Amino acid sequence: MIELTIDGIRTKAPEGMTVLEAARGIGIVIPTLCYHPGLSAYGACRVCIVEVISENSSSLDASCTLPASAGQVILTNSERVKKARKVIIELLISSCPNSKTLQDMASRFGVNKVRFKIKDKGCILCGLCVRYCKEQMQSGGIGFVGRGTSRKVAMAFGVTPEECRNCGGCEWICPVCGRACTAGNLVNGLCGGCQNLMPVETCPVCVHCSESVGAKGHKVY
Amino acid sequence: MKKLNSLFKLQKLQESLAEQRESPKSCIAVCGGTGCYAYGAKDVHKAFKDEIKRQRMKDKVDLMLTGCHGFCECGTLVVIHPEEIMYVRVMPEDVSEIIKESVLKKNIIERLLYIDPASGERIKYEHEIPFYSRQQRLVFGSNGLIDPTSIEDYLAIGGYSALSKVLFDMKPEEVIEEIKKSGLRGRGGGGFPSGIKWETCRDAPSPNGTRYIICNADEGDPGAYMDRSLLEGNPHSVIEGMLIGAYAIGSNKGYVYVRNEYPLAVKNLGIALEQAREYGLMGEDILSSGLSFDVKISRGGGAFVCGEESALIASLEGRMGEPRRRPPYPAVKGLWGKPTNINNVETWANVPIIINRGAEWYSRIGTKGSKGTKIFSLVGKINNTGLVEVPMGIKLREIIYDIGGGIPGGKRFKAIQTGGPSGGCIPESLIDLQVDYEKLKEVGSMMGSGGMIVMDESTCMVDIAKYFVKFLTEESCGKCVPCREGLDRILDILTDITEGNGKEGDIELLEELASVVKDTSLCALGGTAPNPILSTIRYFRDEYEIHIKEHRCPATVCKALIAFTINEDKCTGCGICAKKCPQEAISGEKKEPHKIDQEQCIKCGLCRDLCKFDAVIVS
Repeated sequence: MIELTIDGIRTKAPEGMTVLEAARGIGIVIPTLCYHPGLSAYGACRVCIVEVISENSSSLDASCTLPASAGQVILTNSERVKKARKVIIELLISSCPNSKTLQDMASRFGVNKVRFKIKDKGCILCGLCVRYCKEQMQSGGIGFVGRGTSRKVAMAFGVTPEECRNCGGCEWICPVCGRACTAGNLVNGLCGGCQNLMPVETCPVCVHCSESVGAKGHKVY
Repeated sequence: MKKLNSLFKLQKLQESLAEQRESPKSCIAVCGGTGCYAYGAKDVHKAFKDEIKRQRMKDKVDLMLTGCHGFCECGTLVVIHPEEIMYVRVMPEDVSEIIKESVLKKNIIERLLYIDPASGERIKYEHEIPFYSRQQRLVFGSNGLIDPTSIEDYLAIGGYSALSKVLFDMKPEEVIEEIKKSGLRGRGGGGFPSGIKWETCRDAPSPNGTRYIICNADEGDPGAYMDRSLLEGNPHSVIEGMLIGAYAIGSNKGYVYVRNEYPLAVKNLGIALEQAREYGLMGEDILSSGLSFDVKISRGGGAFVCGEESALIASLEGRMGEPRRRPPYPAVKGLWGKPTNINNVETWANVPIIINRGAEWYSRIGTKGSKGTKIFSLVGKINNTGLVEVPMGIKLREIIYDIGGGIPGGKRFKAIQTGGPSGGCIPESLIDLQVDYEKLKEVGSMMGSGGMIVMDESTCMVDIAKYFVKFLTEESCGKCVPCREGLDRILDILTDITEGNGKEGDIELLEELASVVKDTSLCALGGTAPNPILSTIRYFRDEYEIHIKEHRCPATVCKALIAFTINEDKCTGCGICAKKCPQEAISGEKKEPHKIDQEQCIKCGLCRDLCKFDAVIVS
């Protein structure tokens, strides 16, 4: 077991655990998108960033791929984290405004304006479907194609491969396809919908963060 | 050639080859680097060959097609040894004269000499040319002395003696200690101390003892070609470095990951490896020392991001070239999960020098934290374009003015961009900055792999930032959000600014977004990509402001913000602009001032370049 400090709480975690898992273990909620406990860590969406404090400086890192190590000091909700996370959510929404998961996240974290050009690609390339297909279904029918802004999830040569068993898992796990935001008119890329209208309550699990978490409370895996 | 199977045989061969070279015979070295190739070095070389054959002079003069000499501005370069007479811009028709005058009669042909633009003097010898005399060419100096396709040449100048020294006189731990003491840091960009990396790799657990060694030759920075020239011009020095590394780390398999866009480097490296195997300097039980090591060439598919070590390993394994999170570092868990030591071409080429001349000697060169020399590719708006090798700690001013010969056309120096596309732009006010890893980082740039792009007053800094961001947006692997989407949005904002659609607050938004991309990206590509934006905003904020507030481009580069007109007083009505305009946008009577139709004009700038009377004004 190794000992580390997360948001001022000293905790122990077994070797090989990530900071995200260690934080969740003591009830601290870090938002995630491309993370799923049943799949390998990927570290692409960067929503789960935390601040790692070292002697003279601090840096931001994705907690889902950051191994917990002895003596680590982590802040999950510092000003720097909140500021960067908001920009990342803005970027995500600007590339995929019709996801309810993202819209909920935006209202939860106080993103009230998207300052960037909206380029709706209908996909945030979180890779959940790709990993689900490969790791859970042992299929590998879909994968990433291209690089940079032309990167997309696709089937080889655009043909449904034999490996695909039409299980629908890719759609089920997708934060965009399965949970489309149905609000019609987006203002500044935001729907301002359901989450914003619901009564806000404070997280019942952890006492240290003051984030409002919406009607459903924190989702603890 | 029979395999060398002992130290004695190697030393004997080195001696006899060195002796042969000592002969008073003249040797004509034609630069065969890629730059000179483009100038027609191959034809010059062929002309020399034919001429020597025709005059039956084979026993009087040697001919050699060498690697890059570095002074690419003046290609094709020809150096006549042993006098070191250097001729620049040699064409095939000059060849017979060179043979007749310089080789046979030892006369100097004045018109082919280099003219120093500062003094106007003609300089006869290579070592007297300021471009060379101010450099310290430890790694790069041998390029001009050897034929890269001949292992004999490399052996004759003492090649592979560092290898024999470590194999027979040093323990692996001592080699690592020596590298650590030398203070050598990674030349590919990261600047990590190489000795510590080697040690980590050697000490990392590997159940079956497999460890890999990789040479990173995926040099993709625009305007940078030092690794290319090393592989093309002196591949054996890199191979020797890798062999020493293999001995120190305990590896018997190595890879060179080289860009497929470097055909000559791939070819010369392949020849070099074949020769090393033939001579028993690679393969099983090298020189009967017990070390077995072989190298395989792996050609990259053209992705810039594959220069990042974890992406490179993914690509080598046959997967998509995408970085992963480090740690675990490749030194602990790399290629196929085994400890892997990756170093850049230039780092490997430094290793034999350190072993030969000692860590203490090496660590005397440079500054406190950065030791040795560094090769920079000096390009852009500079008189002496080429590759320069200088000691760490040299001032930018010395590189630009003393070695580079200043800015052409009497224009003013504006900024220098160091470290490749993700480096920063350093302004004129910091021209006395000492070049080392730390100092460059302090001012918002980086060492990178050693690109140096010089810019003069006609460069628009917003446009430059846009150019680099565009490059990086296209070359980002697209895995993580800040790099993929963040850079794309930065490019949007910069495009708006250069097209006159910039808004109040754009600069602050750029700063905020750029710092988030820098802080939260997965790998070093995203982590350094905002440098060009942040550094240009830091030093040239006023230029951004003029673009946004006044819709003006002070350097007259951004097309949407400029207009071409003709000064009626200066125009003589020669009509050349009207004749050449691709849009037929210029009209006017002969010998009367012409006019540009603004509707038709695409602002290509051809008329400005063509006009002999400076009558085309850009506003």
